[in-house]
Amino acid sequence: MDVLTAPLTLTVNGESLLLDGTPSVAALIAHLKLDTRKVAVELNREIVPRSTYATTTLKSGDVLEIVHFIGGG
Amino acid sequence: MDNITATDHWTVAGRSFASRLIVGTGKYIDLPTTAAAIEASGAEIVTVAVRRVNLSDPGAPMLQDFVPPSRYTYLPNTAGCFTADDAVRTLRLAREAGGWNLVKLEVLGPAPTLYPDMQATFEAAAALIADGFEVMVYCSDDPIAAKRLEEMGCVAIMPLGAPIGSGLGVQNPLMIQMIIENAKVPVLVDAGVGTATDAAFAMELGCDAVLVNSAIAMAQNPVLMARAMKAGVEAGRLAFRAGRIPKRGAANPSSPTTGLIA
Repeated sequence: MDVLTAPLTLTVNGESLLLDGTPSVAALIAHLKLDTRKVAVELNREIVPRSTYATTTLKSGDVLEIVHFIGGG
Repeated sequence: MDNITATDHWTVAGRSFASRLIVGTGKYIDLPTTAAAIEASGAEIVTVAVRRVNLSDPGAPMLQDFVPPSRYTYLPNTAGCFTADDAVRTLRLAREAGGWNLVKLEVLGPAPTLYPDMQATFEAAAALIADGFEVMVYCSDDPIAAKRLEEMGCVAIMPLGAPIGSGLGVQNPLMIQMIIENAKVPVLVDAGVGTATDAAFAMELGCDAVLVNSAIAMAQNPVLMARAMKAGVEAGRLAFRAGRIPKRGAANPSSPTTGLIA
């Protein structure tokens, strides 16, 4: 397998995940079928502004947190 | 709303609200019940938690679909955070998810008390304020600690009336009153309310608002209890504004004692 096109190995919400194709935050969110308007993303402990999802590229070993609002007191 | 209550708003961080009941969105049996109870409560502010998306079920209904942030002011909390670093990370994510900088800071100690961890709370408050957040802070019923949080720049002080979820009512009216008398920012009782009288009692002490979650969500009929809490908060607020009669140790007749027939 060509190393350059091998899937990325990411850690998303504590789970290991392989991502093919264009390695961006936008691609990851599309892959996960999430609504970008309802989530927030942290990449290696830094917030990723929503406006930069398409231009924020990912690399193997990246650690992401994807969160949303749930009921709480 | 009638003329008596129409102008009785309270203000936190420059935002004005008519309802003095803030409700939590946790512990409900389902999202439709959450939505119905919040509607019945008349609340304009709801607290919400920030958690990981469940990647295995991305299509699951989300809180925002039932409790729209276009209608309610979301107050993201730091529930589950035990350090300043966790609290700052969580609320930065909340700010990115919705653009909210008005937040509820709570850093709890371990069970069984879940009492506010005040040292961690101070550290987190400082970090959040430095990061541009407007911090409503859950805290112990300590007038000195409350004043210090206010002086640091917290926009509302939210002491507990009793341990979270205990439903014991306001156990510390003297301390709550001392905090209110010393504060220049809104004071809210944030935990311990069990039923409508507790909410009314907190408001009669002079609180600006009350925050209720478990007492509504865990009631046998959450929608009815939400409506009861609305009534309780309104009754307590009106009674506070009216100024109650002094308590006295002897009876005093309600009807005139003169002009009696012979």
